[in-house]
Amino acid sequence: MELIMDKLMADLKRQIIAQLNLKDLKPEDIGDDEPLFVEGLGLDSIDALELIVLLQQEYNIKLSSADEGPKVFYSVKTMAEYITAHQSQKE
Amino acid sequence: MGNPVLVAGVGVISAIGKNTAESLDALESGRAGMGEMHWLNSVHKSKLPVAEVNLNNEDLASLGGLPSSVSRTALLSIIAAKEALADAAIDNLEHLRVGFISANTVGGMDKTENFFSEFISNPQKGKLRDVIHHECGSITELVADHLGIRHYISTISTACSSSANSIFFAARLIKNNILDVAVAGGTDALTKFTLNGFNTLMILDPEFCKPFDENRRGLNLGEGAGYVVLVSDRLISSLKKQPYCSLSGYCNANDAYHQTASSPEGTGSFLAMKGALKQSGLNPSDISYINLHGTGTQNNDISEGTAIKLLFDGHYPKMSSTKSFTGHTLGASGGVEAVFSVLAIRHGFVYPNLRLTTPMKELPFVPEIKFLKNEKIDHVLSNSFGFGGNCSSLIFSKLK
Amino acid sequence: MQVFIKSASSISPQKTFGQSSFLTEPVEYAGKKLTCIEPDYSGIIDSKLIRRMSRIIKMGVAAAAASLKEAKITMPDAIITATAYGCLEDTEIFLKKMIQNKEEMLSPTAFIQSTHNTVGAQIALMLKCHNYNNTFVNRGFSFESAILDAILMLQENENNHVLAGAADEIIDTSHSILSRFGLYKNEPVSNFDLLQSGTKGTMNGEGATFFVLTNQASKENQAALDAISTFYKPQSITETEKNILSFLKEQSTDINEIDIIITGKNGDSRGDEIYQRLSHSVFKTKKQVHYKYLCGEYPTSTAFALWVAIKILKHQSIPSILGMNSDSGKPIKRILIYNHHQNLHHSLFLLSAC
Repeated sequence: MELIMDKLMADLKRQIIAQLNLKDLKPEDIGDDEPLFVEGLGLDSIDALELIVLLQQEYNIKLSSADEGPKVFYSVKTMAEYITAHQSQKE
Repeated sequence: MGNPVLVAGVGVISAIGKNTAESLDALESGRAGMGEMHWLNSVHKSKLPVAEVNLNNEDLASLGGLPSSVSRTALLSIIAAKEALADAAIDNLEHLRVGFISANTVGGMDKTENFFSEFISNPQKGKLRDVIHHECGSITELVADHLGIRHYISTISTACSSSANSIFFAARLIKNNILDVAVAGGTDALTKFTLNGFNTLMILDPEFCKPFDENRRGLNLGEGAGYVVLVSDRLISSLKKQPYCSLSGYCNANDAYHQTASSPEGTGSFLAMKGALKQSGLNPSDISYINLHGTGTQNNDISEGTAIKLLFDGHYPKMSSTKSFTGHTLGASGGVEAVFSVLAIRHGFVYPNLRLTTPMKELPFVPEIKFLKNEKIDHVLSNSFGFGGNCSSLIFSKLK
Repeated sequence: MQVFIKSASSISPQKTFGQSSFLTEPVEYAGKKLTCIEPDYSGIIDSKLIRRMSRIIKMGVAAAAASLKEAKITMPDAIITATAYGCLEDTEIFLKKMIQNKEEMLSPTAFIQSTHNTVGAQIALMLKCHNYNNTFVNRGFSFESAILDAILMLQENENNHVLAGAADEIIDTSHSILSRFGLYKNEPVSNFDLLQSGTKGTMNGEGATFFVLTNQASKENQAALDAISTFYKPQSITETEKNILSFLKEQSTDINEIDIIITGKNGDSRGDEIYQRLSHSVFKTKKQVHYKYLCGEYPTSTAFALWVAIKILKHQSIPSILGMNSDSGKPIKRILIYNHHQNLHHSLFLLSAC
C-alpha cells in the first residue's frame, strides 16, 4: 500500500508542477505533508480551481463543490488519500 | 471642478426589456429576466440559468437597423445607443463635437466561436465575415458608423467596470472641452466563451442569483447594452427637454489584490466610492440610493459590503442590486445600471433586491426588498467592480 | 500646461529593450512578419507572477517596469494601457480547449488571462498600485486614446506621473487569419526593402512600448508632448491634408518649423498612396523618416513611432537605418508623427525637444 501511495504522490507532484506551470520546482522540492496553500507552496484560489481540473482530467474525480477544496488540497498527501478513497469507491 | 456634465438621454436593453419603459415596468413588477438558455447553444443549457435578451438576432437586427449577420454584441449596442440619442433629442448634432465612447468585453466572440470550430480542423476554413468584427473596437465602430458619429470614437475594456469607465472618460472629454456631446456606455452579448470561462471559476449560481443574501451561491450571466447621452452644460439652453440629472462624481481605483478575487476589506471598492464622493463634494450621508455591483458571488458581496460598512459608517442609504433582475451583463453592466440610476432620480424609485431572504450576518444593513416609489432620490451611487481589480463608481445627482 | 515624456521603453522586433545605443544594429526579417526580441524576464518580473503570464503580458509588464525604472518612479498616479487584439494566446488556448473538450474540464487560467485589461491589472498587482487604471481597445486608436487619457489626467491633477503604453502580439492563428484578409505581401520580402516594394500588402508586426508622462518640468525629461490628434475615416486625402494643417495651426505651428516627420508608410501600395500625396503637398520639402519596416504593421504601432521620436530628440541624431543623413549639425527641435492604420484611423503627434 505504501509503495502505491508513494507512486501516487510522486505522480501528483509532477502533475501539479505541470498544471500550475511551476517551472522553477522539481517534484522532490514539494514535501508530502507540506501545505500547498497560504504557506508552504503559497498557491492561491486560481490554483485551487486548476487542481479541481487536474483531479477530473487525470483521475476522473469530480469534487462535488469548491468548498471541499481546502481539505482535499491541503497537501499532496491529503490529495493522494482523497484520490485513493474515491477511486476504490468507484471499483 | 469645472462645469457639470448633464445626462440628456438614456437607452437600455437587457433580459428585462428592450427599452427603458419595459425595463421600468419589469423592475416595478419584480419580473426578473433569468431563465433557461434559449438562444445560446451550450452543453450547460439546462444546468445554468442566464438572463438573455428575449429576441433572436433577426429581431434585434430589425429593431436596431444593423444586418442580422453581425455580432449580437453590436446588435444590442445599436438599439440602446439609438434609444438614448432619440431620448436626448438634441438638434443640430452635425454642428456639434459628438463622441461615441463604448465598452465591451467579448467583442464579436459570438461569431468567432463559430468560425473557430471550423478553423481548428483546417486553417483555410471558417467564414472570414465571422471574424472581421472580432475586435472590441470593431463592434464600437459598426455602431458609430450607423449612428453617423465620426468626430471621436473610443472603446474601453476593463472587465465588469468597462462601461462605467467609458461614461467616466466621456464626462472628462466634455469637461476638458474636447466634446460637446457623448454617447457613452457599453454592451456585451452572451457567448460560450464567457459562460464557460465563468463556469471554470465556479462562481455561477445553478439557480437564480441572490445578491447580498447569506446563502448566495454565485452570479447569473446576462447580456444587454446601456448608454447615456452626456452633454456639456454649455448646451443646456439649447436642449428641448429637461436633462435627467448631472454626473456629479466618478472615480476609478484598483484593488491590486488578486487577478479575480476582491480583497476581503474591499480596498478598491472603498477607494472608488470615496473618490467619487470627494469629486462630487458630497458626504456619504447625502447618498439617497446605492445601485450595488452586487453580483451574488460570495466574494464580491462581502467585499463590497465591507467597503460600504466602512465608508457609510451607520448612515446607510437604501440600496439594491439590479443584477437580481438583469443578471451580470459584464461589459454592459456599468452602462445598464447607470441608466437605472438616472431613472431612479427622475422617478423617485428604489428598485428591489430580489430573492434576498436571509441578510448577510457580517453586515449591519440590508438591501431593499420592495420596490419603492415617491422617494426623495437626490444622489445615486452606482458601483461597478471587475476582474483585474478594476473598480469604478459613478454618482448621479438631481439638478437644482 | 506642458506634458513631458520622462521615459520610454520598448520591446520590439529591433534591439530596443535595455539598450543605451539607438538602433545601431538593425535586425533584418525576411518573411511576412517581424516578431519581438524578448529579454530574459527573470530579473524583471517576480517568478510567482510570471508563471501565469503569457508572452504579451510578460512583454507589457517588462516594458512598463523598465519605463518606471528609467523614470525613477515606483508608484505611478495612473496606469493606462492599450491593446487592439488583447491577449490572443490565452484567448486561443481557452477557445480551442472549449471546442475540443466540448465545454468540459476547462482550466481557468487561460480565461482569466485572456481579458483585455490583464496587462494593466498585472502591473497594478505587481506594484500594489491602487490608483486609476484603464484599458483602451479601439483598434488603430487604442494607443492614442490611452495617451489622451494620460494627458487629461495630467491636466486635471498636479504633480503627477502617468504610466501609459500599448501591447499587441502576433500568434500563428492571428497571422493566418489576418493573412487571409490580404493584409500581407504574397511574396516574402526583406523588411529593409519593404517600403520600396511597390506591391500590395505589408508585413505583420508586434510590440510592447510604455512611457512615463509627467506634468513636472525636469532635466531628466526626454521630450515634450505638445499635442495629439486623431481623425476617423477621412473622406478624401484632401480632408487628411486639411486635418494635418488645422492640427498644426491649433498649436500655433507652421510646417516649416517641423524638423522631421515620422510617417507610418508600410510598403502596402494601397495605403502608401496617401503618404505619397502628402509628400508632394503638406510634407513637401520636409525630411521624412518611416518606422514600420522596423516593427511591422499593427494597430498600436504608433507607440513604437513615439519611442523612435523620443530617442531622436534625446540623442539629437538619426540612426542610419532610418535612411537619413543627419549630419547637418542643426539641432532637432520638433518632430511630427503622422500615421494611418488601414486608412481608417489617422493620428498625429507633435513633440518638442526639452
